[in-house]
Amino acid sequence: MSTATDLLERFGTNYRISEVNEQKADLTFFKVPKDQAVRLLRELRDDAGYTHLAFLTNIDYIERGIFTLNYMLHNYDTRHTLGMHVDLDRDNAEMESIHNMWAQAATYQRELREMYGIRFPGSPRLDDDFCLEGWDQIPPMRKEFDTAAFSLARFYSRDGRGTEDPREHMKQQLYPTHTDDAPEGGN
Amino acid sequence: MKDMDKSFKKDTETEFPLREEMRPHQVTAPDGQVIDIDPLQDYFCQEPPKVHAKSYFKIVEDFYNWARAHSLWILGFGTGCGAIEMRPLMTPRFDAYRYGIQWRPTPRQANLLVISGYLSVKTLKRAIRAYEQMPAPKYVVGLGSCTINGGMYWDSYNTINKFDEFLPVDLYITGCMPRPEVLMAGVLELKKKIKEGRADGANRYVENFEWYKANQKRVIKNWNMPDYNW
Amino acid sequence: MFEPTPQVDLSSGKYLKLWQGPQHPGITGNMALELTTMGDEIVDCKTHVGYLHRGFEKLMERRTFIQNFPIVCRIAVPEPTFNEYLYAAVVEELTGIESPERAEWIRTLNLELMRLASYLMWLGGIGAAFGQGTVYQWTVTHRDYILDLFEEMTGARVYHMYIVPGGVRGRLPEGFEERCNDVLNRVEKLLFDVEKVLFNNFVFKKRTKGLGVIAPEMVDQYGITGPNQRAAGFVRDLRRDAPYLVYDQLEFDVITATESDAYARSWVRYQEMHQGIRMLRQCLERTPREGPFQARMPNVLHWEVPAGETYVKAECTRGEYGYYMVTDGSEYVRRVHVRGPSYTHAIALMEKLAVGTNIADTAGLMVSLHTYPPEIER
Repeated sequence: MSTATDLLERFGTNYRISEVNEQKADLTFFKVPKDQAVRLLRELRDDAGYTHLAFLTNIDYIERGIFTLNYMLHNYDTRHTLGMHVDLDRDNAEMESIHNMWAQAATYQRELREMYGIRFPGSPRLDDDFCLEGWDQIPPMRKEFDTAAFSLARFYSRDGRGTEDPREHMKQQLYPTHTDDAPEGGN
Repeated sequence: MKDMDKSFKKDTETEFPLREEMRPHQVTAPDGQVIDIDPLQDYFCQEPPKVHAKSYFKIVEDFYNWARAHSLWILGFGTGCGAIEMRPLMTPRFDAYRYGIQWRPTPRQANLLVISGYLSVKTLKRAIRAYEQMPAPKYVVGLGSCTINGGMYWDSYNTINKFDEFLPVDLYITGCMPRPEVLMAGVLELKKKIKEGRADGANRYVENFEWYKANQKRVIKNWNMPDYNW
Repeated sequence: MFEPTPQVDLSSGKYLKLWQGPQHPGITGNMALELTTMGDEIVDCKTHVGYLHRGFEKLMERRTFIQNFPIVCRIAVPEPTFNEYLYAAVVEELTGIESPERAEWIRTLNLELMRLASYLMWLGGIGAAFGQGTVYQWTVTHRDYILDLFEEMTGARVYHMYIVPGGVRGRLPEGFEERCNDVLNRVEKLLFDVEKVLFNNFVFKKRTKGLGVIAPEMVDQYGITGPNQRAAGFVRDLRRDAPYLVYDQLEFDVITATESDAYARSWVRYQEMHQGIRMLRQCLERTPREGPFQARMPNVLHWEVPAGETYVKAECTRGEYGYYMVTDGSEYVRRVHVRGPSYTHAIALMEKLAVGTNIADTAGLMVSLHTYPPEIER
């Protein structure tokens, strides 16, 4: 069996694979465009032996206006894991569903629908409540949702909870004569 | 908070649609009889709660309280992580049964609701239902710092911060997580309270019913049940 | 493969919709099964989770790396140590910190003790689900002895917060080896008793054999890992296939079975407890007594982890437990995803296996899959 780079080269003729990152010996990340993703997933599963979908998750890059889906596939024979990234438009996030390829994918897609608002047309029970019930705000895992402000507004907090910034605390209580002029980055 | 963007809304029919089996529908019995059912009316009793009156004689009330203190039946509802430290209590090492405590599978037989740890909004709804189904006099114990002020999850969007706003708490047990010994000490403290006649949470709940309901509805947005259901 | 659920006409009067949970003694933890039954037989099963959702992944995004360390152990309640280890491992990989050898041994010891404690609770659970309450009383009591060891080692019974990024928080206490060996002997004796009482019990055999059979071709389709997978005949164990910590220096067997029903899964777990005791004895013997147990760390109060992403996994009692972390070079994490093995076992798999069984067996079926709701919804 070839290494991950060979494998990606093999698929590179048919798919626009970019940003290949060999994180460690048994873990490689790469990126494909949205329209080729599910076709490549199917080929990886059926031909290249990546039969185990470890998880499907999403990363929110709010400053670039994209969502990055991450499909984590594992090959039990070569003991190698592939992380496949797919960029989606953040404002109109929609992705092809893979519930026909892995049974647990439907659950992951339900979770992403609820937590990020990504649509997966055709995925079963997609609009059912997953974790939240009676949720009336924007999907909570999106970066613009401020969970602390929401918690204080809706649940209130009991008096007496103080916050201590350790840096300020140390400055005031322990080293009152210390100045910040010392060179930074001396970690 | 910002108003919700309409594009995220899952169902546009109503704000929070009733579950399918909660809508009025018809059922055909095996013998062919057709029955109309409106679940919100038929599945719940809508009688409002009443204050559990004290006995006229103090000595009788004291006797009642003594008896109540010695048969605390806990509803076996593990709402959070604290439930894992309740299990050792059932086993020979800590043996809570010697204090007249036992775990019951249904709210109808229990008179002590132990909220073991953080309470998500979804569980809060079930906890309220379980509490209202328990026969009075009933007691509530909040376990762990999450019920007191949110604890570790004070900024979480899905866990409540002050449990006593939603149900009348007789006793809090602190810690994250509380050890079995602390649970035992807490229960003994609750017994002392009951014997002194100070554990009147159920009556407080009835007297401040409107306030509790307003708080509960502020948090639970899909309130598809009657106000008091038992 | 997703199979559409059969359309049942509730108004025909043949079916009954039945909720099992969240407040139900036959449910592992706080989750619910929505069963559609015809007589005693289950026609359709839907699982409802989210009763324990705390939004960990969101909370971790707004805490610094060292502030995350005390909260991660609370993700999976009965097995917090795996979260601590994986969080430490994922941060160590991204920052390039290497924990010293002594710490690796102590971590392995800690994880295996936790595995044993978790299995003991599970053994009590499966006993109780099939009417063997005595087993529950025995095993939970013995689990308590292990929790005492944890208290001695770490200062806490359940949430230890012991495995920190860079090593562990302290050395093993004086005389720990003898006390641990003593507890292991007691647990081993208990296990032989349990084998007599539970695994040779006619009622238990009769009810579990043939219950919830996982066909081998379902394993990859449903993402089944851990003992559930090994009971279906697959020799896959992350401790052997992708050794982490010091598992490559320990001797142990990967237990498998072929029947793949509830009994086989129970038997695999039971045998793994013996393997765990074997590994723990090796750990106790070989853990270095000298040397550092904590790597040199930067100032963790403003600790900037370099940008990157990685996925670290470990074999916990239920299967593959993994942490996926994306950092962007700031003091805060960009994204953490926690892959709990119960996610697929309790939802997709349970919905499939429950169909065709009867109501009384759902509790036992669920326990035999060994699911913990807190790691599903996090």
